[in-house]
Amino acid sequence: MRLHFSARQLLPIFCLCITLVACGSGESRVVQGNRDGILHYGNGTEPQGLDPHIVTGLPESHIVRALFEGLAVKNPFTLEPEPGVAQSWDISEDGRTVTFHLNPQARWSNGDTMTADDYVWSWRRALNPAMGNQYAYMLYPVENAEAFATGKLEDFAEVGVKALDQHTLQVQLVTATPYFIQLMDHYSTFAVHRPTIEKFGKATDRFTPWTRVENIVGNGAFTLTEWKLNRRIRVEKSDTYWDRDRVRLNGVVFYPTENISSEERMFRVGQLHYTQTIPLDKIPVYRAMENSSYVNAPYLGTYYYLLNINKAPLQDVRVRRALSLAIDRARLNNTVLHAANVPAYGITPPGTLGYQPPKLFGHDVAAARELLADAGFPNGEGWPGLELTYNTSESHRKIAVALQQMWKDALNIEVTLSNQEWKVYLDSVDQMNFQMARRGWIGDYVDPNNFLDLFLCAGGNNNTGFCDPQYDDMITRQAPRARSREERYAIFYAAETLLMEQMPFIPIYTYTSNHLIHPSVRDMPSNLMDSLNLKYVWLDQDWEAAQ
Amino acid sequence: MWRFIAYRLLQAVPVILAVITVTFFLVRVAPGGPFDSEKAVVPEVKAALEAQYRLDQPLLTQYAAYLGDLAQGELGPSFKYPGRSVNELIAAGLPVTAELGLYALLVAMVIGGLAGVIASLKPNTAQDYLPMSAAMIGICMPSFLLGPLLVLVFGIYLDWLPVSGWGDIPGDKILPAITLGSTYAAYIARLSRAGMLEVMTQDYIRTARAKGLPEWQVVTRHALRGGLIPVVAFLGPAFAGLLSGSFVVETIFQIPGLGRFYVQAAFNRDYTMILGTTVFLSTLIVLFNLLSDILAAWMNPRLRTQFSEH
Repeated sequence: MRLHFSARQLLPIFCLCITLVACGSGESRVVQGNRDGILHYGNGTEPQGLDPHIVTGLPESHIVRALFEGLAVKNPFTLEPEPGVAQSWDISEDGRTVTFHLNPQARWSNGDTMTADDYVWSWRRALNPAMGNQYAYMLYPVENAEAFATGKLEDFAEVGVKALDQHTLQVQLVTATPYFIQLMDHYSTFAVHRPTIEKFGKATDRFTPWTRVENIVGNGAFTLTEWKLNRRIRVEKSDTYWDRDRVRLNGVVFYPTENISSEERMFRVGQLHYTQTIPLDKIPVYRAMENSSYVNAPYLGTYYYLLNINKAPLQDVRVRRALSLAIDRARLNNTVLHAANVPAYGITPPGTLGYQPPKLFGHDVAAARELLADAGFPNGEGWPGLELTYNTSESHRKIAVALQQMWKDALNIEVTLSNQEWKVYLDSVDQMNFQMARRGWIGDYVDPNNFLDLFLCAGGNNNTGFCDPQYDDMITRQAPRARSREERYAIFYAAETLLMEQMPFIPIYTYTSNHLIHPSVRDMPSNLMDSLNLKYVWLDQDWEAAQ
Repeated sequence: MWRFIAYRLLQAVPVILAVITVTFFLVRVAPGGPFDSEKAVVPEVKAALEAQYRLDQPLLTQYAAYLGDLAQGELGPSFKYPGRSVNELIAAGLPVTAELGLYALLVAMVIGGLAGVIASLKPNTAQDYLPMSAAMIGICMPSFLLGPLLVLVFGIYLDWLPVSGWGDIPGDKILPAITLGSTYAAYIARLSRAGMLEVMTQDYIRTARAKGLPEWQVVTRHALRGGLIPVVAFLGPAFAGLLSGSFVVETIFQIPGLGRFYVQAAFNRDYTMILGTTVFLSTLIVLFNLLSDILAAWMNPRLRTQFSEH
């Protein structure tokens, strides 16, 4: 063939490469963003969608909460609710009636006024069983909401939500629910724009294109301007938002950064202001830096091992406690986890709106041996074996291997490891087809109830076989009737004590959020929910001078 | 020739049908479903979701319905991305993956072809060993190692090229193309060396030399065409492989291509997406194999006569 042909082809490409290389190292996105007020945000994965009543994940929530706003929003510093679409709310004496007064200035992004009827219609949609909303249960505190959502009640008029007038929404609750206002910041309780949705199909149709850039109407501080699949999502400051004077960013670009090593590299070269997380082995490197961009803060989540108490040898509480006591959580954290997390001794993360869980035990090998001997396995003799199931992940594996060794050293027992692919693992846990299984729980709202109700007899995420009517009574009946936060927390404390004495699971550590944040980013505080409120955030062009 | 093409196309139908059938039933046998998540899903919600995706119907009915949709070119709605059809997702990812594949192939042909030809001119000397050792390293070096390595050197230390993206920042296509292309470059180097060595001993090359042609003209005018036939035969499957195998490179460089959808679909149990991408890619592989056969025939007169006799 003709080599000179390829050579001719080659030359321009080569020149192009050189040119591109030459102009490659220009101004970084971060520098540009600081000048233009555009935040470049590493958002984990490509969002499933942007319909508040369909999506379920964290990456989705960041974008949805930029485009929509709830009746109340969380203050990013304190996590206490503050006015959103509702400018105020009254709670009746018995705590069962909540009346929201909507801000008359609240607008949809197409200019329509927001009304109480928008909420009645939207909650009907969110709860409609045909919608398949996986977070419908966020509205279950509302009277008859659960019955409607599970198809037991057909008439939505019987559900406890009504519009008293254009700007007043009254909600009737099943029982006093101290955290109800907080739930108004969860996207499944957000209002959606009825005319837009109905323009593209039925209210409950999951497949309509109403959330596309050209169609979507929201009510948040930002509006959607670009959505390139697996590439970026761009939002710009809304000019119809009621509190727009307070919004300081001109826009945000969300990047799907699935590969956490790539995300870290993007941050290093100034392509991102913020990373969703950081590779575990990079933590010591960033820690050692001066003026490090690494931010580590407690997070509302617990990492634990479920124990199937219906299966031998775990039906014996002494075995369960022995396993837990034999773990040196501090050592695990300092070695395997690079001291990035916090050892856990209960299910509720410490400091959940002021609540401190009981600490009933620590690392105590002698006591663990004694318990195991009492259970009939002195020095591990006669031990029938135990299998630990976890889903494929390097960090889960490392933790499992470390604990396997701790149990071997302390109790002389064999624990085998079973690694399963994510969906297979979910199936095993759901079917209770395991002895011991890794689990993580991330809170949906900041209240001990969100963790303690996991272990109710009928709890959908219990997965241990644990069932204690006394415990159920404390969580579902006594706690909601408490007259003060202190009294309520005292009941929770007693309930959690009871739970940890029975040890249907082994707490291992409390999660932390780990981010790299560029020093120019201001007022994006760490908080327990890792909750992002973009209304507060701004970019400091003179950050270098400030340092 | 035309009869040969029609025959091969007809042969492809049962192959693709078998792929669809096996994939359809295999993904459903796998434990865990598309709507399982770490937080328990309320049974009523799960039932509603399954109804929306026809999962409540008997498996054979679903299979028949899927084939019916497929006949009309419909790959169905994605489970993971509600509101988007598999057709749309493939249409979004394919141009990117194809472009990446094309650049990678270009890189592979230029580097691999040159290395192979150079090595073949002086076999068993340093001029042979050097490029061939490099090719061996290229074959052995996985892209999940080469990619980050290139990024580290050219993206971070030297700050010459962007570390990720696709078409966002000038130059961000260079590193992914090199990373993906290097393995194939290595194969092409070995193939073209072998092909050239064989051709260089042929009579017509001796004739060309006897005519007094300078060596570079012997190579470019006479030897290359025959010597590169094995490479051409490799190109079809290689391009199909580049399309379906670019997942790692797409992940390293955050490229919005088809490969990422393909692999994630399996983890998500996104049934329609798994099926859609599998059907699509298997069709492509069959087509590219055919294409490279035709190309090889065009380059090799002996094969051509065989085809016309078929």
